[in-house]
Amino acid sequence: MLSRVANSIYWMCRYIERAENVARFISVNLNLLLDLPSEGGKHWEPLVLITGDQEYFEEQYRQYTKEAVISFLTFDRRYFNSIVSCLAAARENARSIREIISSEMWEHLNTFYLEMADPRYHPMALQDPHKFFRIIQMRSHLFTGLMDSTMSHGEAWNFARMGMMLERADKTSRILDVKYFMLLPQADLVNTPIDNIQWTAVLKSASAFEMYRKEHHLITPRMVASFLVFDTHFPRSIRHCVNKAQVCLERIMNGAAGGAINPAEKLLGRLKADLEYTDIDDVIKQGMHEYLDNLQTRLNRIDTAVGTTFFNIKPLVSAASGQQ
Amino acid sequence: MQSFAGYDPGDFFDELIAPDGTPRPGAQLLIDKIASLPPGDLAMRQRAAEALLLKMGITFNVYGRDEGTEKIFPFDLIPRIVPAADWAQIEAGLKQRIFALNEFLQDIYNDKKILKDKVVPEDLVLSSRTYRKECEGFTPPRRIWCHVTGTDLVRDRDGRFYVLEDNLRCPSGVSYVLENRQVLKRTFPQVFEASKVRPVDDYPNKLLEMLEYLAPDHVAKPTIGVLTPGIYNSAYFEHSFLSQQMGVELVEGQDLVVADGCVHMLTTKGLKRVDVLYRRIDDDFIDPEVFRPDSLLGVPGLIGAYKTGRIAMANAPGTGIADDKVIYAYVPKIIAYYTGEEPILPNVPTYICRDDADRACVLAHLDQLVVKAANESGGYGMLVGPHSTQAERDAFAGKIKAEPRNYMAQPTISLSRVPTIVGDRIEGRHVDLRPYVLFGREIYVLPGGLTRVALTRGSLVVNSSQGGGSKDTWVL
Repeated sequence: MLSRVANSIYWMCRYIERAENVARFISVNLNLLLDLPSEGGKHWEPLVLITGDQEYFEEQYRQYTKEAVISFLTFDRRYFNSIVSCLAAARENARSIREIISSEMWEHLNTFYLEMADPRYHPMALQDPHKFFRIIQMRSHLFTGLMDSTMSHGEAWNFARMGMMLERADKTSRILDVKYFMLLPQADLVNTPIDNIQWTAVLKSASAFEMYRKEHHLITPRMVASFLVFDTHFPRSIRHCVNKAQVCLERIMNGAAGGAINPAEKLLGRLKADLEYTDIDDVIKQGMHEYLDNLQTRLNRIDTAVGTTFFNIKPLVSAASGQQ
Repeated sequence: MQSFAGYDPGDFFDELIAPDGTPRPGAQLLIDKIASLPPGDLAMRQRAAEALLLKMGITFNVYGRDEGTEKIFPFDLIPRIVPAADWAQIEAGLKQRIFALNEFLQDIYNDKKILKDKVVPEDLVLSSRTYRKECEGFTPPRRIWCHVTGTDLVRDRDGRFYVLEDNLRCPSGVSYVLENRQVLKRTFPQVFEASKVRPVDDYPNKLLEMLEYLAPDHVAKPTIGVLTPGIYNSAYFEHSFLSQQMGVELVEGQDLVVADGCVHMLTTKGLKRVDVLYRRIDDDFIDPEVFRPDSLLGVPGLIGAYKTGRIAMANAPGTGIADDKVIYAYVPKIIAYYTGEEPILPNVPTYICRDDADRACVLAHLDQLVVKAANESGGYGMLVGPHSTQAERDAFAGKIKAEPRNYMAQPTISLSRVPTIVGDRIEGRHVDLRPYVLFGREIYVLPGGLTRVALTRGSLVVNSSQGGGSKDTWVL
């Protein structure tokens, strides 16, 4: 398939997954607030921290109020990782490949975006936020479902799936990282009811609470982290996402002749193996933040390698013809 | 009742209603159906159809606004009906015209006989901005230049069809013909069936056959691509739609490279050779090495590969000369020269501003004429005399005097009208008709076409960029 098409479908899915995760962060925070004594804007600040874009936020909005944070993360078109920006980008990508994806996928994504871009829907985000952000998550799930059930699971689908899995691995690591960072300085809070609520919220951000309970019952920071990083079966755990991404890449490469391994395969294969042979005690020894930071860097490198291997092959071509 | 009772065909040729208020032949079933709908039903169906178009993302981008400003191409549910006899004349006329224009292109880029015989002034052709010196001495695959044409026809008060404009470069709009038909089939299924409307759904297939015909003989299964300028182009939806319907790749300039003299697509598995391109990028932008060097849309080296026969292109570069609006005035002579026949479809009478007598006449009657620049399209660069201000006329007079070769003028045609939904009422609105012609193994005219409608009361400008909409066209 065309490199540009592979690039677009990969990014289409990454952006949708990204939009969904922003909605998840907001939803969970809303839930958390129901259980906690109000402490001004303190509970909204971490949502901005997670993005790493505090500077832009503080310049534009100043106060970490609920309204400001929700507007910033949901409707700010100048902020390129807001939900509406992500959906706009996903849709632009989809538009450039609408002859490749199914019309069901295109029509759903198009409607999804048009609704989010329509100012009439905006008041609902503040008036009935639980419902609003739930709808966004469901729309994203519906898209994934349509992709699975209306599009052939060929090369294009595998690029889409790989994009989604890499994005999800990255987002799960960020959820964990920020909460861990938040809780660390407050050692006296460990194992208090508040701490428990916080860790429950971490699990809920990843829709992991119920599945975690079945597996581990008691909530401890160590086990929560282990579950989100290393669980084999939970669909949002980092290990699971990396394994699935690797399977997609393998399928993409199956069509190609020769046994040469490309940079994307190398990096993804190594990360998969490392996750296979590491456990939570190794991570704690190394330091959770350092470990996750490193993991995010490696995910970025995989993304770059996927780009140079499949999407930006033009420089390679001109280099090759230059040698003749 | 959605009555036609108060409908006034006015002092125009109405496509559905005769001057005495009765339906024209072939329109009876449709009119009865509309009349039988409960009040408000038609307006409701109209809104539902528009919502469907938006949901399907059948939109175009408007130039000169924010990037990504999309609008649906307004669509009116009441179709325009063309009786079989009218169509037979249109079809024959278009085949004759396209055949002659193709001969003309082959001639002026090679032997130049028609110029030597002084049927068309040589300096007029050679001075055209769309004359491509690069094409001299070249014969395209199968000797075909204008593979896809959209010819704009209008019907005057006298009921005759005239050719208003030829579009031989990258005519757009055929996707709306196909999509409008889908919507109409769902809206009026019984009327549709009973009226024996000729199908248009075969178009993508005919287009594909034509493109395959252009591939070199030794290529059994040619790789074909639709070359688009990208998602910000106003016709992007159409490019995507046609490539999907034909099952061929939709490529942008950045997806193609010329290596070893051949054109290749960049794929996830390396390079893949392309044999035929249906290009929807204008000549100017198609190859920065040959035409505009600042073009980012094109493919460096494409023209080189084309001229050595390594790739076929539809339409051929250089066809723009034949839809130059001043050359247009000579088309009846061109038809006579190459076919020995009288034109079946007449031109609208045209004044050529480079001609001194014509120019004097044009300048004296600017308030009655429509003035057009030779190489503009989409309703830009045009003066509609009766609807203009003195200042606009003065500005145009200046332009004509400064660059007479670049202008022509025509009397204002009283475009025919079709009943159109306006809020809760039905009123007459002016229309034109763009049939689509494919030139491959033989010349094929799609039985249907894009009926563009000027939605503003009294307006004669049907271009989508200027507030026009479209209707389905039923050829019986």
